[in-house]
Amino acid sequence: MSVIAETTVAARARPPRRHYLNVNYGVRSWLLTVDHKRIALLYLVSVTLFFFLGGAAAVMFRLELLTPQSDLFEAETYNKLFTLHGLVMIFFFLIPAIPAVLGNFLVPLMIGARDLAFPKLNLLSWYVFIIGGIFTLIAAIMGGVDTGWTFYTPYSSTYSNSYVALTVTGAFITGFSSILTGLNFIVTIHKMRAPGMTWLRLPLFIWSHYATSLIMVLGTPVLAISLVLVALERLFQFGIFDPRYGGDPVLFQHLFWFYSHPAVYIMILPAMGVVSEIVPCFSRKRIFGYTFIAFSSLAIAILGFFVWGHHLFVSSQSVYAGLVFSFLSMLVAIPSAIKVFNWTATLYKGSIVYRTPLFYALGFIGLFTIGGLTGIFVATLPIDVHVHDTYFIVAHFHYIMVGGTIMGYLGGLHFWWPKITGKLYPEGWARFSALVIFVGFNLTFFPQFILGYLGMPRRYAAYPDEFQVLNVMSSAGASILGIGYLIPLIYFFWSMRYGPYAGANPWDARGLEWTTASPPPTDNFDYKPRVSQSAYAYEEEQKVG
Amino acid sequence: MAEIHGALAHQFDDPEQQVEASTLGMWTFLATEILFFGGLFVAYIVYRLSYPQAFAAASHHLDILLGTVNTGILIGSSLTMVLAVYSAQMGRSRSQILFLAATLALGLAFLGIKGVEYQHKFHEHLVPGAGFQFSDADPRHAAIFFSLYFGMTGMHAFHMVIGAGLLIWMALRAWRGEFSASYYTPVEMVGLYWHFVDVVWIFLFPLLYLIGRH
Repeated sequence: MSVIAETTVAARARPPRRHYLNVNYGVRSWLLTVDHKRIALLYLVSVTLFFFLGGAAAVMFRLELLTPQSDLFEAETYNKLFTLHGLVMIFFFLIPAIPAVLGNFLVPLMIGARDLAFPKLNLLSWYVFIIGGIFTLIAAIMGGVDTGWTFYTPYSSTYSNSYVALTVTGAFITGFSSILTGLNFIVTIHKMRAPGMTWLRLPLFIWSHYATSLIMVLGTPVLAISLVLVALERLFQFGIFDPRYGGDPVLFQHLFWFYSHPAVYIMILPAMGVVSEIVPCFSRKRIFGYTFIAFSSLAIAILGFFVWGHHLFVSSQSVYAGLVFSFLSMLVAIPSAIKVFNWTATLYKGSIVYRTPLFYALGFIGLFTIGGLTGIFVATLPIDVHVHDTYFIVAHFHYIMVGGTIMGYLGGLHFWWPKITGKLYPEGWARFSALVIFVGFNLTFFPQFILGYLGMPRRYAAYPDEFQVLNVMSSAGASILGIGYLIPLIYFFWSMRYGPYAGANPWDARGLEWTTASPPPTDNFDYKPRVSQSAYAYEEEQKVG
Repeated sequence: MAEIHGALAHQFDDPEQQVEASTLGMWTFLATEILFFGGLFVAYIVYRLSYPQAFAAASHHLDILLGTVNTGILIGSSLTMVLAVYSAQMGRSRSQILFLAATLALGLAFLGIKGVEYQHKFHEHLVPGAGFQFSDADPRHAAIFFSLYFGMTGMHAFHMVIGAGLLIWMALRAWRGEFSASYYTPVEMVGLYWHFVDVVWIFLFPLLYLIGRH
């Protein structure tokens, strides 16, 4: 405790005179910037807007689900609402959130580079992201889509009367922003590391972003071509997935999940990277099992490409394929558990300092464990047949995506906010909101495990009366969760103007990003970084230069 | 060495790092392209194995002469592309521009012939959709073949059009004298892309035109 408090006071000098935020002003200086830190902020603003849009859709259908009848919306509108929620949250928030905001900001800083390898490509990726978003929003305004975010054929390609082609185009375009970001990270991590920054001295945040980038680069193109085929089928009656022409709708599911299952690891791996930074800092200890955590990220990325069939256990896939996919899916539990055990081993006998980022990291570990364990349930063939397409699945993946990714994202935002803005946020409010989010989250999604186990199917506006109590609990939890998300929005804005100056290294953390000023200069470092110690050297002094 | 400094972007320490980064970036991009076309190839394999007769019958309707000529043209364009990169390495900007122009001409010839083939298919009612007619056995599954034919060659042609644009851009930059024996990375990268698009065709040609033809 004292370590952090003392250095906070000691470092409370004055902010640097020139930094990336005040080097020039005006809309042009932001929209034409090639500075990775400014592009990260462009992404921060955009994904936050999308997050609250997707959240608004969730608020509306949770309201509908307060009562068993479909009374607030027609079933068709309800379908469009959950589709909008899924699309926006997955393609426009969860996938870009940590890599494009925190990754963009931190990858060059952490490896001691002046920028990413391709700064213009980085800016292009943001524009591509926005264009894809505009397409999706136009489709939503014109009347929306009702296929679910999964676009299953032949419903999406033939029967749906909603704006599928436009939405698919939006998702297709956005995919390229993710490809460009991944490509940029891979090249940057390979070629731009500072002298002495060997692979095994890289922060684990970098390892997890490297693994994430591999998935982005190798998975996203397959989604792109699948969506092209759906659009061609819809517009020109190409018969690839249409049974009327002998096409196979299940082929679409294979191609779709070949990307979209690894996409789950695009969402969770960066969050794991964040937790690997936070836990050693607030345990004041070197991370336990560095190499294991580093390579478990790669293991998750590689295994992730061979498990897609577990989404097709009830889609006429052969039983033998099902067995293999079931086995391979369970293998993912090994590298995931390696990480969880190493984080807890790092906490063990650490000099723990309770600060907001650690709250989120601990929340992540607990919720991710529940999400991961229920993942083993649904990877088991007979259990999946029982809970397939029920709220059990909804609860399971929200524990990973919200309990995992969003906790990691918010934890990272709280950890690096002083670096990004040079300002401290009010710690009390931050802890309070972390607690509200944790409680609200569990109240929202834990009842859904029970609902699903009892047999309530997902994606329906109406349900039998006996499920009402649990649904009301879930809707009540969602409103608490929503308030929990609004509090940080308010105090982050507040801190930008009124927050006290944070100093270069308010947490007394290790890592190159903390050796430069907050906010950093445009070129990141005033000196030429040289690395002579391993990451997380919390037991020794940080060596600079 | 002034031209080296002119071309060095601010984020790199030295020209060597810049070249390595560009090369790795291009290869990574080509990896994404392999996966992109990979989805189409998977669809092709699945349906080829499911409906071998229909695919063989449908593939007889492709014009093997034009297909073969196009294959020759594309391989020729790869040769001129290599020569363009070689001229850039040697710092001969005039021959570099000539070889880029030759590559562009061959690429456009390929696209022209492809257009003629598409036109024939249109007249023969072999374009998938409401107007599709197929007299041989199993028209339903032949339609899948033609969907794949148009999907795969169309996607390939789209990549050729982008490649043609890149060739024009490179020729303009060479004409402005931006390249020298010590800086020619963009030409080399466009070369990699062009060869990749050629290699895709080298797979498409036997899969669509040759297999199943007795």
